[in-house]
Amino acid sequence: MGKLSFIARRLVKGVFVLLAIVILNFLLIRLAPGDPAQVMAGEAGAADQEFIQQLQEKFGLNQPLHEQLFIYLKGVLTLDLGWSYRQDEAVATLIFERLPATLLLTGTAFCFALTFGVLLGALAAARVGRWTDSLITVLALVCYATPLFWVALMSILLFSVYLGWLPGFGMFSVGAGYTGLEFVLDVLRHLILPALTLGLFYMAVYTRMTRASMLEVMEMDYVKTARAKGLAPGRITRMHVLRNALLPVITLAGIQAGQMVGGAVLTETVFAWPGIGRLMFDALLQRDYNLLLGVFLVSSAVVVLFNLVTDLVYTFVDPRIEVS
Amino acid sequence: MNNQTSDKTLLSIEDLTVRLPEGADRDNAVENISFQVNRGEILCIVGESGSGKSVTANAIMGLLPRPYVEPVAGRIVFEGRDLLQLPEATLRDLRGSRVGMIFQEPMTALNPVMKIGDQINEVFDAHGKAGRKERKEQVVELLRSVGLPDPESLGDSYPFRLSGGQRQRVMIAMALALEPGVLIADEPTTALDVTTQAQILRLIRKLQDDRDMGVMFITHDFGVVAEVADQVAVMQLGEVVESGPAQEILNNPQHPYTQRLVGSVPRFEPPEARGKLSAETLLSVRSLDKTYVTARGLFTKGRTVQAAKSVSFDIRKGETMGLVGESGSGKSTVGRCIVRLLESNGGEIRFRDEIDLASLKGRGLQPYRKHIQMIFQDPYASLNPRRKVGRIIAEGPMAHGTSQAEAHRRAEELLELVGLDSAVADRYPHEFSGGQRQRIGIARALALDPELLVADEPVSALDVSVQAQVLDLLDDIKQRLNISVLFITHDLRVAAQICERIAVMQLGEIVEYGDTREVFSNPQHPYTRELLAAVPGRNWSIPEVARKAVADQQLQKEVL
Repeated sequence: MGKLSFIARRLVKGVFVLLAIVILNFLLIRLAPGDPAQVMAGEAGAADQEFIQQLQEKFGLNQPLHEQLFIYLKGVLTLDLGWSYRQDEAVATLIFERLPATLLLTGTAFCFALTFGVLLGALAAARVGRWTDSLITVLALVCYATPLFWVALMSILLFSVYLGWLPGFGMFSVGAGYTGLEFVLDVLRHLILPALTLGLFYMAVYTRMTRASMLEVMEMDYVKTARAKGLAPGRITRMHVLRNALLPVITLAGIQAGQMVGGAVLTETVFAWPGIGRLMFDALLQRDYNLLLGVFLVSSAVVVLFNLVTDLVYTFVDPRIEVS
Repeated sequence: MNNQTSDKTLLSIEDLTVRLPEGADRDNAVENISFQVNRGEILCIVGESGSGKSVTANAIMGLLPRPYVEPVAGRIVFEGRDLLQLPEATLRDLRGSRVGMIFQEPMTALNPVMKIGDQINEVFDAHGKAGRKERKEQVVELLRSVGLPDPESLGDSYPFRLSGGQRQRVMIAMALALEPGVLIADEPTTALDVTTQAQILRLIRKLQDDRDMGVMFITHDFGVVAEVADQVAVMQLGEVVESGPAQEILNNPQHPYTQRLVGSVPRFEPPEARGKLSAETLLSVRSLDKTYVTARGLFTKGRTVQAAKSVSFDIRKGETMGLVGESGSGKSTVGRCIVRLLESNGGEIRFRDEIDLASLKGRGLQPYRKHIQMIFQDPYASLNPRRKVGRIIAEGPMAHGTSQAEAHRRAEELLELVGLDSAVADRYPHEFSGGQRQRIGIARALALDPELLVADEPVSALDVSVQAQVLDLLDDIKQRLNISVLFITHDLRVAAQICERIAVMQLGEIVEYGDTREVFSNPQHPYTRELLAAVPGRNWSIPEVARKAVADQQLQKEVL
């Protein structure tokens, strides 16, 4: 009961947040100088007033701003995100074609980052001050500090160009005509490099966070209580230290999971991964406003959604949340 | 104490020395200490902070952060074995099964994300005792035995649903799950309200009787000692300076340090009235209301807590008015509303019978701020660590237009007034002890020549001997400068000593209000009676020899 109404309240709140984002994005883009009709007319080589007006009428750009907004919002409610003038295709279709690829990439990277981040962080905390700890800490620092695109380029250079172990481009081998299991394996081979590249940075973040958080929790009174009960060290670490230390990690991971979906632009571009990150990049270069708006909307929706999921997960892992 | 072990001896500490890491304020945390915990007895280890009490307890439990803090000599003999020689695995077996321990802070001593029942179950688990079904019954039985309500369903609750006192009961249940021979209690009631403390003390007493346990009870409070101890060992700077039967130590302390400690305990009887009180009212509070709203969201109304309900009282010129009550009674809220650190929701705060402070805002309030100043509880958190002491004191007057040179000159005077050297103005707060910091806090409050000091638990964080000195200082300053003090405290002993009148608060309301002697000798409200009855050691009258020791020391200081 409590949990259901909690979810309902958060959902309603999320809808309002999304609405605000849509309106803000819409207005911001209209603020940019020049409208798409002018740009298109210019590129078509016929920038005379009449043609521009024709285009404006065709796309509804001659109507007052609030009416344009109203029409757009009405469309959004029915999942009609408008038409991409550039690609001559519905924005929603374009996005939903690309979304699975992005989700596959970021999902893999996220799982990798979280699993190994927590494992390494916990290991470092358990061995604090010893060489294992120093090694992990330095490794995390390096992964954290190295720019993503550099890691991407170097890994392509090393693993696909020199060693030829893994493909460094695209999501599957074009023209190979794989089906079934072969196709899955092919996608997996393509996935490894971009997922690891994207995941390494986040792994470093979770490693550092888990380590710091565990060291803090180890000083807590209830850990001393656990020791005074005569529990074995392994059980103390698992049941008392790790469970509490993971709470801030979950918060951070939840925020980042959402951001990752919209923020894999760099990785997708370098690896030519056909996801929405690259779609956004292309839309930006081509001033494809409707498509850009659509991508913004979807990535904001994902962020809002993941925040909700995080809050939900939190109600399970931290019993105190319900009341506050 | 009789340093021979007898048949009754369960735990015997023999010439124990525990080394501290290099760079600590002394070489050894404890040095050559010896005492015994006997079956069916409570041994109180008494001492001020830094005396080595907790290190001793942790050494017994094998919980020292070795090798930084390392036992280097002596023996800890329990059931015929020297605990210091046992391998960790064997020691782990003893912990929780043969020796139980409870801690000072019940609010943080339980894992917040684990159910109560599971946490108790872990003890059985770790020591491989009892089957699943049996355990469930045992958990319920344990929770019942420590007097917790609804033990059947409580095991399924998380700690945050429980009050501090209830959590301490859970801790006790956990420590006693496997019927240990010895219970080590490290300041188990220090963080609790006085009525809760009385209940927990009774509970420990009863369980110890029922089970014929030995209890090692660590405390800094001689009132608590008077309440529960059979035997006492007094520790000072890592050494046991005196030990013996409780009645001996309480009524006829031999060692000068023990005498000073005992003599510093505030007397429970309020002193005779000191001269005539002025009839002039400095501040009158009328129907003060303060409501807190928490967790208000976009769609939620939020929960409201009425921290002060129609509170009314007067403070006369030159008097110390006590506001006493337990945590959550709203006493600090009232104090903060008067200083205008909080906005009240209703009522009047009339100053010098002419102006209602509650109605003033911003610039209008500014000139009145200096008349009412505050002294805070925590001497560590209430001074800016990056400011020099002189600057901290001078800041208030400078904000009110005093020149920098003049303000600093005045700061040095004030430092001398509160018993510090004027040269310390150039130092930073971390260079001072808790008591010295509280003196600085008092100097800061006095810098604006206030007419009223609001002192919120100003001595609660201090050791008893330091507490006595700070109380003396406050009393002295009040008389010398003829200022009024609103003294907020949970400690009725302290209130008895320093307050001319007191107001007792419960759940945001003043339930009783009057002359301290009258309230103490003839309490009208049931809650006041309950509070007074809960004061530990109220039937123990502090021996004259101890009073004299403190007075002599005072005299010596003044002569020097």
